[in-house]
Amino acid sequence: MNISIYCFLIVSALMLAIGIYGFLTRRNTLAILISVELILNAADLNFAAFNRLLFPAGQEGYFFTLFSVAISAAETAIAIAVMINIYRNLKNNFVENLDSMKW
Amino acid sequence: MDYTYTILILLLPFLSFLFLGLAGKWLSHRAAGLFGTTVLGVVTVLSYYTAFTYFTADRVDGVFQTLVPVNFVWLPFSDALHFDLGIMLDPISVMMLIVISTVSLMVHIYSFGYMHGERGFQRYYAFLSLFTMSMLGLVLATNIFQMYMFWELVGVCSYLLIGFYYTEKAAVAASKKAFIVTRFADLGFLVGILIFGYYTGSFSFDFTGNAVYAANAVHGVVPETSKALAAGGFILPTALFLMFIGGAGKSAMFPLHIWLPDAMEGPTPVSALIHAATMVVAGVFQVARMFPLWIQFAPETLHIVAWIGAFTAFYAAAVACAQSDIKRVLAFSTISQIAFMMVALGVCLPEGSFTDNHASLGYMASMYHLFTHAMFKATLFLCAGCIIHAVHSNEMEFMGGMRKYMPITHITFLIACLAISGIPPFSGFFSKDEILVAAFQYSGVMGWIMTGIAAMTAFYMFRLYYGIFWGTENKEYHAHHTPHESPAVMTVPLIILTVITCTFGWILPGTFGSYVSATGEAYHIHLDWSVAATSIGIALIAIGLATWIYSGARQPIADKLQATFPRLHRWAYKRFYLDEVYQFVTHRIIFGCISRPFAWFDRHVVDGFFNGLAWGTHASSNGLKTLQSGRVQQYAFVFLVGTLLLILMLIL
Amino acid sequence: MNFLSLFVLIPLLMLLGLWLVKGQKGVRAVMVVGSSTLLAMAIALTVKFLMDRAAGMDAEMLYQASFVWFEPLHISYAVGVDGISVSMLLLSGVIVFTGTFVSWDMCKEYFLWFTLLSMGVFGFFISVDMFMMFMFYEIALIPMYLLIGVWGSGHKEYSAMKLTLMLMGASAFLMLGIFGIFYSAGGQTMNVLDIANHTGGANLIEFSKQCLWFPFTFVGFGVLGAMFPFHTWSPDGHASAPTAVSMLHAGVLMKLGGYGCFRIAIFLLPEAANELSWIFLILCGTGVVYGALSACVQTDLKYLNAYSSVSHCGMVLFAILMLTTTASTGAILQMLSHGLMTALFFAIIGMIYHRAHTRDIRQLDGLMRVVPFLAVGFAIAGLANLGLPGLSGFVAEMTIFVGSFENADMFHRVLTVVATSSIVVAAVYILRMIGKILYGKCTDPIQLQMHDAHWEERLAVIVLIACIAGIGLAPAWLSNLIQDSVQPVMDSVHNVAHNISQCNPFQ
Repeated sequence: MNISIYCFLIVSALMLAIGIYGFLTRRNTLAILISVELILNAADLNFAAFNRLLFPAGQEGYFFTLFSVAISAAETAIAIAVMINIYRNLKNNFVENLDSMKW
Repeated sequence: MDYTYTILILLLPFLSFLFLGLAGKWLSHRAAGLFGTTVLGVVTVLSYYTAFTYFTADRVDGVFQTLVPVNFVWLPFSDALHFDLGIMLDPISVMMLIVISTVSLMVHIYSFGYMHGERGFQRYYAFLSLFTMSMLGLVLATNIFQMYMFWELVGVCSYLLIGFYYTEKAAVAASKKAFIVTRFADLGFLVGILIFGYYTGSFSFDFTGNAVYAANAVHGVVPETSKALAAGGFILPTALFLMFIGGAGKSAMFPLHIWLPDAMEGPTPVSALIHAATMVVAGVFQVARMFPLWIQFAPETLHIVAWIGAFTAFYAAAVACAQSDIKRVLAFSTISQIAFMMVALGVCLPEGSFTDNHASLGYMASMYHLFTHAMFKATLFLCAGCIIHAVHSNEMEFMGGMRKYMPITHITFLIACLAISGIPPFSGFFSKDEILVAAFQYSGVMGWIMTGIAAMTAFYMFRLYYGIFWGTENKEYHAHHTPHESPAVMTVPLIILTVITCTFGWILPGTFGSYVSATGEAYHIHLDWSVAATSIGIALIAIGLATWIYSGARQPIADKLQATFPRLHRWAYKRFYLDEVYQFVTHRIIFGCISRPFAWFDRHVVDGFFNGLAWGTHASSNGLKTLQSGRVQQYAFVFLVGTLLLILMLIL
Repeated sequence: MNFLSLFVLIPLLMLLGLWLVKGQKGVRAVMVVGSSTLLAMAIALTVKFLMDRAAGMDAEMLYQASFVWFEPLHISYAVGVDGISVSMLLLSGVIVFTGTFVSWDMCKEYFLWFTLLSMGVFGFFISVDMFMMFMFYEIALIPMYLLIGVWGSGHKEYSAMKLTLMLMGASAFLMLGIFGIFYSAGGQTMNVLDIANHTGGANLIEFSKQCLWFPFTFVGFGVLGAMFPFHTWSPDGHASAPTAVSMLHAGVLMKLGGYGCFRIAIFLLPEAANELSWIFLILCGTGVVYGALSACVQTDLKYLNAYSSVSHCGMVLFAILMLTTTASTGAILQMLSHGLMTALFFAIIGMIYHRAHTRDIRQLDGLMRVVPFLAVGFAIAGLANLGLPGLSGFVAEMTIFVGSFENADMFHRVLTVVATSSIVVAAVYILRMIGKILYGKCTDPIQLQMHDAHWEERLAVIVLIACIAGIGLAPAWLSNLIQDSVQPVMDSVHNVAHNISQCNPFQ
């Protein structure tokens, strides 16, 4: 079954838009992290889809996707660790409360 | 004859000042007083010696030579102009040497008794020395700038000595007033000097070279010929008149006289020395010093001086009639007498284009009166000092009937009063007579005005005399403070000065004119008997009037007069409210309407502008700060919008 | 190494010494030795300079030396002195010396900054390189901020900030001016003499460019010289500064302004000086009278003296702008005289404040009986301020007035007469102050307990009075020394006087 490239692109565009929207509007750092992940995954999906479409013989797009997934996993781990520490100190993790290092 | 030693006349009092000023703290009163008096004695001897050798030296072309034994450049200004210090001997400066050193020595001796036990005795003598030095430097000046320099110094000495009792509010206010009023007048003097120096290319009193314009030019843009033209036209009269304003301040001419009556807050010997005999005649001396220029280039302006003098003489005489403080009466009489000298200078007439002894009789008369006035006015003040010493008050109501207690003071005071009223054979008669002759020569109106003022002089002086020595005795007060005659150290100076007053006029008849005259050639004084008779007659009438009104134990006429013209008396007593006018101008207008707004303007507008700049910087950075909020989501949004806009721009 | 550099090296060594020593005694020892050496050096330099001039060394600047410091911008460490800088060095020596004694009880850090400030001042006066002058100016400026902000009194943070910001603003102008001159003159040398004489790669600066850079340099230095209307840092700054800093500031630092105006603005931009002087003359003439009148109603002693400084420093710039040799000589004399007498004033005001804990004229009374030594010193400072003959103020003022009167046109004449009126106003405010605080009877219990000056305070006061009286009694040598050095500058100004457009509307 041959799914049209447009389906992938639409899904990834939706994910990007949702990710950006979430990133700009959410106050919870965890939600922001999830939004960032959404954006990343949108990019990953595009990599895979375009690799398939443009260079069916090549593997670079998949590799890149895998790299990206690995890095985002690492990043998420660190980010969640930071968040937990923030939460322990401040008892919440809303972005507007994280201003004790400002100015 | 070598006169280089005359530098000692200036140096000795200066060193005495330094010594007493620096080491005075460790000296006893007696030692300090003796030191100051001894130094002044030496100065007096030197002055007399100088005068003797100078006036007995040979004349050249019938004129005493003008000698400059010492002169050096003290401060160079430009190629042509320089500030010299030096000593110039000519008839008037030598005459002034005698006046100053004599009166100063008498005051030094007198102060021994008068200031006995006062706190700050050493300081007092130090200031007296400084004053004597400055005054001598003023009269010996070789150039107008040196005169200005010492002029300022005598002003400061006067300030310091008026404020001698500096814990008294009145003394402090009076000293301040004296200094500021004269300083204001000196502004005119300074500008006059600047104009004079620029246009004549020299500050020197040697007028032979620079009367129109000196050969050596100042650096300047105006070519010499136009300078010369300007100098001959209105520039020189302007400069001279500006200098006269300075002189008017020092010599207490109307309307700059207001400081002198207040200056009486100082110790009485100081009033005798500074505010009667020497410093206050500096203005007269200055006009006399510039006399060759006045008479040659500005005779009309000189007559303005005469009229200012005449008005001052009248005003001061009128006020003197109503004062109750004996020192104030004397102060106003001083103003009036100095105005006589000014009038005498002012009525001089140029004879064609040269100076003539007869036409410029007033010059001689003025100097003559300066001399005699210094002696008898010093006597009057020193007598007043004795009286104040005895009764501890300046007010006439505490006096009356003092002749019983203080015979010597009484006699000397009476003689001085007769002298100032112009009764022969006392010296005042001769000098005043010459002034009146000169005034009549100028115009009959001026002559009669001055005669009238002379009569007023006699009247108020005898009012004072009767008020102190006769009249109602304040027995109650005297019971507490029994007045007594002063010690010899105070009465001897009185007697010496009185002897001079008694004899100076007639012992060498007509000699003064042969030494001091407008051209320098000998001028034999001859009395104009018609003028003399009139003035004696009118003075006697005035004295009689005063006797009639004031000599009795009770004074019904005086009280009645006061009751009839209460407003006039009040105005005269308040000196026609001139002080209040000045007070209003300085405090309300200058302080209130200029200084305060300026200070406010500075704090709020000028400073406000810079504070506003700082505030503006602060506010704008606060505004910019909101852009840099640190909220990543906001940044991301702006970033996104920006990117979209860029993409749109690229696509379209 | 040129011996003039010692004036910078000694303060550096003093800094090192201060860093190393411990305890108040050690700090005092370093300061006394160092400042005495500086004073002795300044006196020795004056004597040597006078002897060399007498021996016929008539170069414009003596003892010149130059080392390239920063090649691409042609900045070099160049030193040299003429009569003006010699007299300024002497002044700085005296003020630093007396300032040390006046701040006897201060701590080590204070003296560190104090010495750094002195270094900037000395360095400024020996430099002949524009950039070096600028750099030393900045060195002198920064310690001022800390000295006032940390050791001051009253609204010290506000004053320190205001002073520093205004002077920094001025130095921005100044830097523009300096670089403008540098590039307009060909961009080959920063040396003042080279630019003035068109040697060492410098050429004549075009008239239009001169007129462009003149306001920048003049205002840049003028702010430091308390030019109206940029003077408001001065009253606040002086009022808050500790005593010795007030002395150094009013005594020397404000002189940097006058000196810089003369050395850079007038000397390097003579045509513009002729063309534009009228604008600044009006400002300075206003400042002279305005400062004096404002001083009349002040109630804080330091404010009063600061406004009087505005008036007197205005006179300095006023005289410089008169563009005659005599007036400029008078300006330098006024700088010396004002430096000394205002230092004396601030020293004594500080001592009184230290004892009475107030500087309000209305609260002080009858000090003459309580602290005679201080009171007499105060009175002498006051009399010098109002121009008493025999003290330095008279000499300077008379030279200025005679010099100003050499300009024959009505515009200059009127301004001169206006400026002379300030001496009357000076008499008013000085006598008012003396009458209120020294005379009368003291009733305040705190003031009655005041003790008279200590030996170190007496030393400082006596040295300053001796200098004031010295200049006042024998001014000729100093006047000659200065006049010789003013002459070349004024010659260069007068040589170009013909090709200006006479844009002054009042002439």
